[in-house]
Amino acid sequence: MNATEGKNEIIPIAPAELPIRAMEMKNKGYRLSQACAAWLKKEKKLELSYSFVDDDTYDIFSLRISLEDAERDTEIASISEIFSYASFYENEMRELFGANIKYIGMDLQNKLYRIQEETPFVPKKEEA
Amino acid sequence: MYKITRSPWVMHYDGSSCNGCDIEVLACLTPVYDAERFGIINTGDPMQADILLITGSINTQNAPVVKQIYSQMSDPKVVVAVGVCACTGGVFKDCYNILGGADQVIPVDVYVPGCAARPQAIIDGIVKGIGVFQERLEKLENGTLKQEEKEDTEEKKEED
Amino acid sequence: MAKRSVIPYGPQHPVLPEPIHLDLVLEDEKVVEAIPSIGFIHRGLEKLTEKRDFNQMAYVAERICGICSFGHGYGYCETVEHIMGIEVPARANYLRTIWFELSRLHSHLLWAGLMADAFGFENLFYQCWRVREKVLDCIELTTGGRVIFSVNKVGGVIKDITPEMQKAILDTMDYVEKETKILKKTFMNDYSVQSRMKGVGVLTKEQAHALGCAGPFARASGIATDMRMRGYAAYGELDMEPIISNDGDCYGRCEVRIGEIFQSIDLIRQAIGKIPEGEIAAVVKGNPDGEYFMRIEQPRGEADYYVRGNGTPNLDRMRVRTPTFANLAGLCETLKGADYADIGILVVTIDPCISCTER
Repeated sequence: MNATEGKNEIIPIAPAELPIRAMEMKNKGYRLSQACAAWLKKEKKLELSYSFVDDDTYDIFSLRISLEDAERDTEIASISEIFSYASFYENEMRELFGANIKYIGMDLQNKLYRIQEETPFVPKKEEA
Repeated sequence: MYKITRSPWVMHYDGSSCNGCDIEVLACLTPVYDAERFGIINTGDPMQADILLITGSINTQNAPVVKQIYSQMSDPKVVVAVGVCACTGGVFKDCYNILGGADQVIPVDVYVPGCAARPQAIIDGIVKGIGVFQERLEKLENGTLKQEEKEDTEEKKEED
Repeated sequence: MAKRSVIPYGPQHPVLPEPIHLDLVLEDEKVVEAIPSIGFIHRGLEKLTEKRDFNQMAYVAERICGICSFGHGYGYCETVEHIMGIEVPARANYLRTIWFELSRLHSHLLWAGLMADAFGFENLFYQCWRVREKVLDCIELTTGGRVIFSVNKVGGVIKDITPEMQKAILDTMDYVEKETKILKKTFMNDYSVQSRMKGVGVLTKEQAHALGCAGPFARASGIATDMRMRGYAAYGELDMEPIISNDGDCYGRCEVRIGEIFQSIDLIRQAIGKIPEGEIAAVVKGNPDGEYFMRIEQPRGEADYYVRGNGTPNLDRMRVRTPTFANLAGLCETLKGADYADIGILVVTIDPCISCTER
């Protein structure tokens, strides 16, 4: 069997670019494989990754938004208008990481997992 | 009423377990382990159940569900905690959303350890549970069950 | 317009062993909308990276789900190995493939049983689980555990499969193949089974793609995607083709999964025939520093792993996107327009694994 490992790329983008880049992926016929957030302890950064995959060639392209601690509240437009099922991932990112994602198609108001602790994955903001 | 222990009906609720114990509970009831030879029948209705098998630990969201299911069961009732998560919280004890074992919200009578608990151990636990059930049944018939429960809650209040 | 009513479904429900809650908006007997609410099993185990080091996390990863346990352990270890640049010995790769396929076998037979239970065919349910016990015996023989077997570690595996065990596995495969052929006849040809599955919950290829479905659920709608074709572990050296069906209904999904049972048997035979001698684990030095996205094919579909290391034993992030999470959108779509009586079947048909989904 010819194994097709596929490309595995991470593409850094600016927060405002996300909808247009997602649209590009949609036009190429890609599928949103996953979206996730990560909190980097050392760098104090919040990272959002949206991974798009090609089902024929098994390529995976991840769009990466990096937010410094100070700009953690930057508004990010939801891509759920483009990929309807992105709502689940975006609700998850907002509930667990406090990412400020706006206009989610199926907005669950931080009630996806209904946990008591707020945004457990990121340290609490220091009171200004 | 006396023969009820020959055919206890069990109900299974999955707390926040990883499924490992749940499929072992089901495996108990299928031909190879065949818990039905003890007259054990799996039911989905808490009102008809005598023994509650609970797998997985308790989190904030399922705590009211577990309490409600327990309150819907008719007396006498027995709770068997299956798997280490239901006993103490297990590997997930340190997670932010876990309150602990099943005994955080309802009284547990039999603890079955294991990750995942083996079908043999689960059957053993149920059979032990039947013993407890028999005792409760006798107490219910001479009217001392409620009294005992009252004493239990009073003791707890004093502890608090 | 008929009167609308909302019926809650779950979390404790006789058909499902796992808690999922659906709010079903009904118009007479037809479902108009289904709103899932999850979170009954949310433990937050991804956060445990702060308290456990990356070797211990392999065991936590295996406990994401008891059915796809081996896959999660494997996916996590493979991702960390990629970051650390560890070359896993060839024998370990083959052993992982054998165990992975054994766990796929047990998962698919389990699903077939639950499906039979969902449409009320108790006898068939028991028959499927009787065959499945033989597979579990194989797993117990080689690893010591039945459903959670913890043989993966970063760098390789911790147990070997001896020639005697290999023979026992091959004998069991003959038995499972023979029995599954009989089960297949009932699932595929029985009149009453067909009447519950044919034409129920149809999802077209376009819909499946637009909703981002994965795994057997997508393959049943004709999307030929199977992460095993990427050739991780030893899959690159074995012959396989994705099994697809074009029906897109419950019958098609059943057909795909039963086809995959035979495919797994074939893969196990190939892997045992080709397994090389040698070490079963590589030496691991240092801590992971870097990130990697990894995708593998779980019994329920494509699973994504993402690990971010920062040079300390405690990872910054371990993320698992499980197949059921991807299939939730597809499930809600198939539920629309379904009869109320078919809800149980439709929920089981995506092979839901709620503990995977919520972690």
